[in-house]
Amino acid sequence: MTSYPGGRAASIPLMGHEVEPTIFELSVPGRHAFQLRTTNVAPVPLADLVPAAHLREAPVALAEVNERDLVGHFTRLTHRQFSVDLGAYPLGSCTMKYNPKFCDAVANDPGWNSVHPGVPAALCQGWLELMVMLEHQLCAITGMAAATLQPSAGAAGELTGLLLMRAYHQANGDVRKRILIPDSAHGTNPASVTLGGYEVTTIPSNDRGLVDFAAMKAALGPDVAGIMLTNPNTVGLFEEEIVEIAAAVHEVGGLLYYDGANLNAILGAVRPGDMGFDVVHMNLHKTFATPHGGGGPGAGPVAVSQRLVEFLPGPKATKLDDGSYDWRTPSQSIGRVHGWHGNALVLARALAYINVHGGDGLAKVAQHAVLNANWLRHRLRDTLPAAYDRPCMHEAVLTASALKSRYGVRGLDVAKALLEEGFHSPTVYFPLIVDEALMFEPTETESLQTLESLAVSIEKIAALAITDPKRLMHAPQTTPVSRVDEARAARQLVSTEDAANR
Amino acid sequence: MADYIPHTPEEVAAMLEFLGLDSLDQLFAHIPASVRLSAGLDMAPGMSEPDVAAVFADLTKKNKGQLAQLTCFAGGGAYDHEIPPVVKALGSRSEFVTAYTPYQPEVAQGILQAVFEYQTMVSRLSGLPIANASIYDGATSLVEAVNMAGGATGRSTMYLSAGIHPHWRQVVQTMAFGTGHNIVIVPLRDGVTDWSSVDVRDAAAVVAAYPNYLGVLEDLSDAKALAVANDALFVVAGDPVAASVLKSAASWGADIYVGEGQPFGTALSFGGPFLGLFACTTEQIRRLPGRIVGETVDSNGRRAFVTTLRAREQDIRREKATSNICSNQTLMAVTAAIQLGYLGTQGLAEVATRCAQGAHALFDALVAIPGVTPVSSAPFFREFALRLPQSAASVLSALVGEGILGGLALRSLAGERDLSVEGDLDTIVLITVTERRTQADIDHFATSLRKVLA
Repeated sequence: MTSYPGGRAASIPLMGHEVEPTIFELSVPGRHAFQLRTTNVAPVPLADLVPAAHLREAPVALAEVNERDLVGHFTRLTHRQFSVDLGAYPLGSCTMKYNPKFCDAVANDPGWNSVHPGVPAALCQGWLELMVMLEHQLCAITGMAAATLQPSAGAAGELTGLLLMRAYHQANGDVRKRILIPDSAHGTNPASVTLGGYEVTTIPSNDRGLVDFAAMKAALGPDVAGIMLTNPNTVGLFEEEIVEIAAAVHEVGGLLYYDGANLNAILGAVRPGDMGFDVVHMNLHKTFATPHGGGGPGAGPVAVSQRLVEFLPGPKATKLDDGSYDWRTPSQSIGRVHGWHGNALVLARALAYINVHGGDGLAKVAQHAVLNANWLRHRLRDTLPAAYDRPCMHEAVLTASALKSRYGVRGLDVAKALLEEGFHSPTVYFPLIVDEALMFEPTETESLQTLESLAVSIEKIAALAITDPKRLMHAPQTTPVSRVDEARAARQLVSTEDAANR
Repeated sequence: MADYIPHTPEEVAAMLEFLGLDSLDQLFAHIPASVRLSAGLDMAPGMSEPDVAAVFADLTKKNKGQLAQLTCFAGGGAYDHEIPPVVKALGSRSEFVTAYTPYQPEVAQGILQAVFEYQTMVSRLSGLPIANASIYDGATSLVEAVNMAGGATGRSTMYLSAGIHPHWRQVVQTMAFGTGHNIVIVPLRDGVTDWSSVDVRDAAAVVAAYPNYLGVLEDLSDAKALAVANDALFVVAGDPVAASVLKSAASWGADIYVGEGQPFGTALSFGGPFLGLFACTTEQIRRLPGRIVGETVDSNGRRAFVTTLRAREQDIRREKATSNICSNQTLMAVTAAIQLGYLGTQGLAEVATRCAQGAHALFDALVAIPGVTPVSSAPFFREFALRLPQSAASVLSALVGEGILGGLALRSLAGERDLSVEGDLDTIVLITVTERRTQADIDHFATSLRKVLA
């Protein structure tokens, strides 16, 4: 192991190995934790307020624990959970960078989080101004004209974007049926296309891991509503023919959709709007470091070029001529895509992150994210080769196909063994076009020391593939649970305590 | 400029040298020059955290509607319930907050088990056996329910009671632009859905609200009968707090339950992130949107949890998936499990009961004021709509001067006209009471409204 000044802390975390009872198993009838305010409201029996036909005989049974039990239970569960705060999380396509605590503090401020979403504009001028500021910043970053902040996540952004494309074509009296998607695309892309009322035409990738331009051109026609691209794509490579792709799609009257999952790679270097994209969704929980909460919340704002502005969802925070803020709905709006105004506290966190970095800081983010990915790719070139042997952007897609063919050790085994080394696994088996794919996205917030340590762990695992492949196939053993029987979970569904038959 | 990047200049130089490069800029050399940003982003330079904090503090001063300044009687799908410090402390544990989706169950048992417990609670509140791991918000849960009904029946007409929250109806309508669903809104008469006013045929879904967004408790038997007669799925959108003491969605015959889980430990948050609740019958499991956690064992036979029935999901089924949902609202689901763990059986029932008691006390006090009349004569639970002798928006604005957020102007929620109310919506206000409101708060509201209307 190369020694760098500063060394590194042990990343193998202290994690709980005992099975934690469920809260229902901990429940003791009659025990309780809750305390409520003294209101002096007359305690009229519910039966005097609500017709008997609506009332149940006994309240819904929940767990009954006291506060100490509650804290012990959920704290022990946290000891069975890996997180960014604990260690490196190079999960490709997910941009698991460090989430600044400052941004959490913003979201925890009652000045933001104690405002009811239905108050009149006069009572939420700060929120409206924040939303307008964020919209401007996101447009500056992506090179677009306007944005909606309503979509709750990337997939919600995709569907919103597709409906915008549909509305645009319909307004032009244009019936179009198909959306082109590369075979390397995220699964949400084709699923969103179907929900947007379009058919998917899959475009193959070429031997360089990029969109096969000739195949794409051949698939174009007057019935094509547009193309959805991730750039850099899911193989971590920049679509170098993007200008030609954009021209060809626009030529047939189609629109270009930018899946912003990989936006972290290009901040300050190139903008989707300059590449010719018409619709862009961003994953604020990736690029702008809002915490992902174990699966959500996210936020998936959608920015558009000038010709789509009037179709955006509404109502939208808008600055009026007198300097005040109010809600306005664009003239040909597709309508609401969220019950209120979007995941507002996620939006506030993202704006805090963007303002701390500024334009210069965001460019530095992309540079160091790309530097880290390339360093790791090159460092591991003799251990786990890259699927496409040339410089990558923010993530490196490596392949374990040689380990599999020679020693029977699969990419999944490598990923599981890494958990024992104190690292989260990379994304496995995605993109689908790469055999035994291991997709590493170190992000800019991991140090050289951490990357070196990760590389050493992978070398150790590769060496074990030769000397003790069985051990890898049974990894991990030192984690809170060992490899999980996923087939049994699907075969005999037990998704609640009541189905568990304890 | 500030950032969170650890690299020293010496380390960057060493890394570039390792790659055979001279500058960071060379990492981007393969991007076509014609689209490269030559002058960087047109944005202000970065600021330190304390400097940004100062900007944000100035902005929050412009939010005059904070709970510290106004006593909140606004509901309409977002409620001011007590969130005790213990729930905030546990829900903000960074192991929960900074984890990704539990793709590697061996190191994600914390999230997985908490979601399993959450699913159990949602299942019990709805009375339905299957609950998923959450959806974005109540509105999106309803969209997914309607899509599930379309898939299950092969039909595309959805009958929604106008008692469904107007924003939810609007989101369903937006999404129907893509799916091609035909959305029919069924009007309310005196606050109750008039199912006889429409000819329900070829229905994929019949959707009712319980209580409805005006607070009214409807007898759902008629809606269920229509669903049965049409071989359609019956969807109930319900208040999950009230669910602890009311007849369950399942006992009304629901095939799908959807709800807004914000009342379970999530702050008002200006409307998000909230929590979409979703539960259904076992028959619909193959069309279930989003993730679901199941119990299993590890290779050593120990109990373990894992996301399951994965073959339904978008990353595997791609364009044939029944839903595109990937990220959800797990942190809010975990928080809900913590909050419901804190409240327990008696606590949640007590909260629901106190809401109903406070709402009825306030209702009685307000309808005693000359010119104030109820919009519906039907029984309500914790929320009610009143017609005022003046514009609701101007009355609410005057009440702010008395330190009261006196509800929501119906027009701001539903527009000028809506099938939920006969006539003009301008003078109608929607009012709610939670367990946090005291009798003194209620008295102050009544006195203030009397004063404002005088």
